[in-house]
Amino acid sequence: MDKMNSSQVLLNNGNNLNLISLKLFLRNQIAFFSELKGHPSALIGFIILILYILMAILAPLIAPHSPTTTDLDNRLLPPFWLEGGKSTFLLGTDVLGMDLLSRIIYGAQISLIVGFLAVGISILIGGTLGMIAGYYRGIFDQIISRLADLLLAFPFLIFAIGMMAFMGPGFLNLILALTFKGWVEFFRLVRGEVMSEKTKEYVEAANALGISKLKIMVVEILPNIIHSITVLGTLRLGYMIIMEASLSFLGLGIQPPTPAWGSMINDGRDYVMNAWWISTLPGIALLILVLSINLFGEGLRDLTDPRLKRS
Amino acid sequence: MATAPLVDLRGVKKHYVIKRSILEKMVAGQEQTVRAVDGVDLQIFNGETLGLVGESGCGKSTLGRTILKLHEATSGEIYFDGKSVNDLNGQNLQNFRRKAQIIFQNPYSSLNPRKTVRQILTLALRARGLHDLRQQDEEIGSLLHRVGLSKMHIDRYPHQFSGGQRQRIGIARALALKPRFIVADEPVSALDVSVQAQIINLLEELQEEFKLTYLFVAHDLSVIHYISDRVAVMYLGKIVEIAETDELFNNPQHPYTQALISAIPKVDKKARTDRIILEGNVPSPLNPPPGCAFHTRCSKKRGPVCETEAPLLTFDSNNHGVACHNFWI
Amino acid sequence: MLEISNLTMAYATKRGNVKAVNGVNLSLGKGEILGLVGESGCGKSATLLTLLGLVPYPGKVINGSIKFQGEDLLEKKPAEMRKIRGKDIAMIFQDPMTTLNPVFKVGEQIRESMRVHGFMETKEGNWWQRREKNKINETERVLQLMREVGISSPERRYFEYPHQFSGGMQQRAIIAIALACSAKLLLADEPTTALDVTIQAQILELLAQINQERETAIILVTHNLGMAAEFCHKIAVMYAGEIVEQGPTDEVMENPKHPYTQGLLRSIPKIGKVRQKIEPIPGTVPDLALLDETCPFYPRCNQANEACSRQRYSLRDIGAGHLVKCAIYG
Repeated sequence: MDKMNSSQVLLNNGNNLNLISLKLFLRNQIAFFSELKGHPSALIGFIILILYILMAILAPLIAPHSPTTTDLDNRLLPPFWLEGGKSTFLLGTDVLGMDLLSRIIYGAQISLIVGFLAVGISILIGGTLGMIAGYYRGIFDQIISRLADLLLAFPFLIFAIGMMAFMGPGFLNLILALTFKGWVEFFRLVRGEVMSEKTKEYVEAANALGISKLKIMVVEILPNIIHSITVLGTLRLGYMIIMEASLSFLGLGIQPPTPAWGSMINDGRDYVMNAWWISTLPGIALLILVLSINLFGEGLRDLTDPRLKRS
Repeated sequence: MATAPLVDLRGVKKHYVIKRSILEKMVAGQEQTVRAVDGVDLQIFNGETLGLVGESGCGKSTLGRTILKLHEATSGEIYFDGKSVNDLNGQNLQNFRRKAQIIFQNPYSSLNPRKTVRQILTLALRARGLHDLRQQDEEIGSLLHRVGLSKMHIDRYPHQFSGGQRQRIGIARALALKPRFIVADEPVSALDVSVQAQIINLLEELQEEFKLTYLFVAHDLSVIHYISDRVAVMYLGKIVEIAETDELFNNPQHPYTQALISAIPKVDKKARTDRIILEGNVPSPLNPPPGCAFHTRCSKKRGPVCETEAPLLTFDSNNHGVACHNFWI
Repeated sequence: MLEISNLTMAYATKRGNVKAVNGVNLSLGKGEILGLVGESGCGKSATLLTLLGLVPYPGKVINGSIKFQGEDLLEKKPAEMRKIRGKDIAMIFQDPMTTLNPVFKVGEQIRESMRVHGFMETKEGNWWQRREKNKINETERVLQLMREVGISSPERRYFEYPHQFSGGMQQRAIIAIALACSAKLLLADEPTTALDVTIQAQILELLAQINQERETAIILVTHNLGMAAEFCHKIAVMYAGEIVEQGPTDEVMENPKHPYTQGLLRSIPKIGKVRQKIEPIPGTVPDLALLDETCPFYPRCNQANEACSRQRYSLRDIGAGHLVKCAIYG
């Protein structure tokens, strides 16, 4: 009965809370995009990133060939604008006659999925641990922080190479290797931010209202630090994509014939003198993607950092 | 005063241990303790405003938060409405929180910058157990109206308000729980003079209307003089003097209180007296001087007794308590 | 000695020119103390910064003149202003913690000001001898200054860093820096706001003593009316970038004419035998960008009449050097 009543209120009352928060959310997003307009490099980065994502999603529709079909009659074809190029293989083919354009398009899938997953899981693990450690401090914080320090002492790439060599190549192992150290950055960021937010009086006020610690962390503190997490997440996304490419290049990541830019660069290594496009074109695809992500991430940082905000 | 006090503190201490790493402990030896509140006995009676005054670092804010159990007392007993609050937890603690609230000094950090006024107040109403949306809506409207804001402010964010308006939102949040006791921690010191007066008057009106009891923490003696029924003066974690407001300001006994009162710059020429200028600074609560903590700056030191023995807070027939060796001998 | 006339400084913003300082006239003689009082955002600090030639970007002086010892400071080149700043005119800021540089010794920071302005320069000997002689002279003067501003055992404290000083001592060191080149005008921007009540009294006492012994003129910016009343010879009350009332301290404090001054005085609690009810000024300080050509206090004024909404008035002398800008006095 009581429930009925309140849901009726929900339906009848124009001031529905959820609706209002949705409206506020949308208003914030719109405000964000209009701010993005004032920051050209971030806008360009954002647009290119969106194009890459679209390319990855629509790969089966836009790729002219299957990325894994070999065509031994058309091996080592140059891109169409060079002598001997064919218009059916716009960017040429590799040593097994696989269409480079299709492989680059499909390669975006791997790069983006690995990047987003690695960053997402890192945020989840690092953010949760960081919140708990920053809020409760004590022995838990001590242990996790020392662990984080320990992990930070290893260079990322060498660490990942070691792990991949130990576990063997594969998609899941790749994600595991990248997140095993990737969470540390987010842990340190979130821990520090929570520690500084925690001393603010609005947290104390929530305490005085008798609100549970978990709710204070999620409902009160999290909205205040989500921006920093987003910024770091975007900047780390580019880094993770590079890491994936590096590991695949070394033969430790995604295995051929699955198209991944890193392994494609490696494939073309032996032919770089007479078929430069096999290595170079995936490299350019990687460069543009990471560049655009970094441009966007730095723009995001400028826009959300009040100290850098232009009045 | 025959009635039982609403808040009763007995020997309350709040010490902070300075956290050190193992290595530092080996080098420095013992852990160091900050004696923020160092043995306070205090009664606050129903419906009164007790002013708590002192310089920065004297422990006045810590005391206010310790009463509310925002900080756990190191030792001593705190009674609220006759019941000990020391071991409250769960639902009992929740019930205590509804009756005892706090208003903060800084109107900029005391409101969550990412929450609208509605969200801030809804949180407080839910904490009181009010979940019905229509009632929440009505109550938020009347709360805002009561603190002098209008309903059209309801979906704005804190940064869209001025300092005084933010302080009003903070007051509304405390009121939302229908408390009996409010710790006002320097509620006006961050505000401009003209706005300060608005908030002081609002607090007074609310006290009358809702029969509130205040612990009013401030460093500004003229504000304390204006709003308090009784005043307690703190120095380095201890109460050095406590009395009815007029008694304290007209007849201060402790040399520290005398210096404080004489140091207030006064607009009115006739009210000016010879200024007692204290030498030196407030000593660190990390290593408070032995004996009477004030003896390092005191102009009326009696002798070695001040350096070795801490004076007790002793009361005369007027309920005027002083902790000074000059006073009770 | 100092004559500011019709000074107007504005920030160029998207919403047009925001006049932070609007037609300010002030004059200050040798050894005088002027109190500039008002609420935050009323243009007190902006006036001081303009005076020093440190108008914060995107601010710009659009009118007026600042005559200091007969010369117009607004016509000086930046290099010339640098020579005056810290030498003839010195400033004391609100927060001593951030004014001193945490990585240099306090004594060196006091000496720096003399070194920059070549205050103790000798002409004898070769460059090396001159350098050594300067150093000795300057250091001696630093020690003497530290003693004068009440820093005990300066020989030891010369070599200490700012964080080893308490707030009051830091403010004393800053005063020593200000005095290093025998400044003729001290600008004190809320010099005691960050300090405790008993320390406040010490610092004010020190400033008063400096004023008497050295005949240094002081402009004290404060929001504390009591402090201004006790310490200053003259008072100027500012509101929304304008001076609304100005005159000798006793005259302004005991016989306030402008409704804003009256309102301010009524809104501060006073300590006395009888408890006077405080009356706040309704509303808040206006947004400077939205001001038009009417009296800026008009929306909050309890004595406003219908004419106030149409025109603005200029400062008018009502006798005994007491100036008021209000419709009531024409």
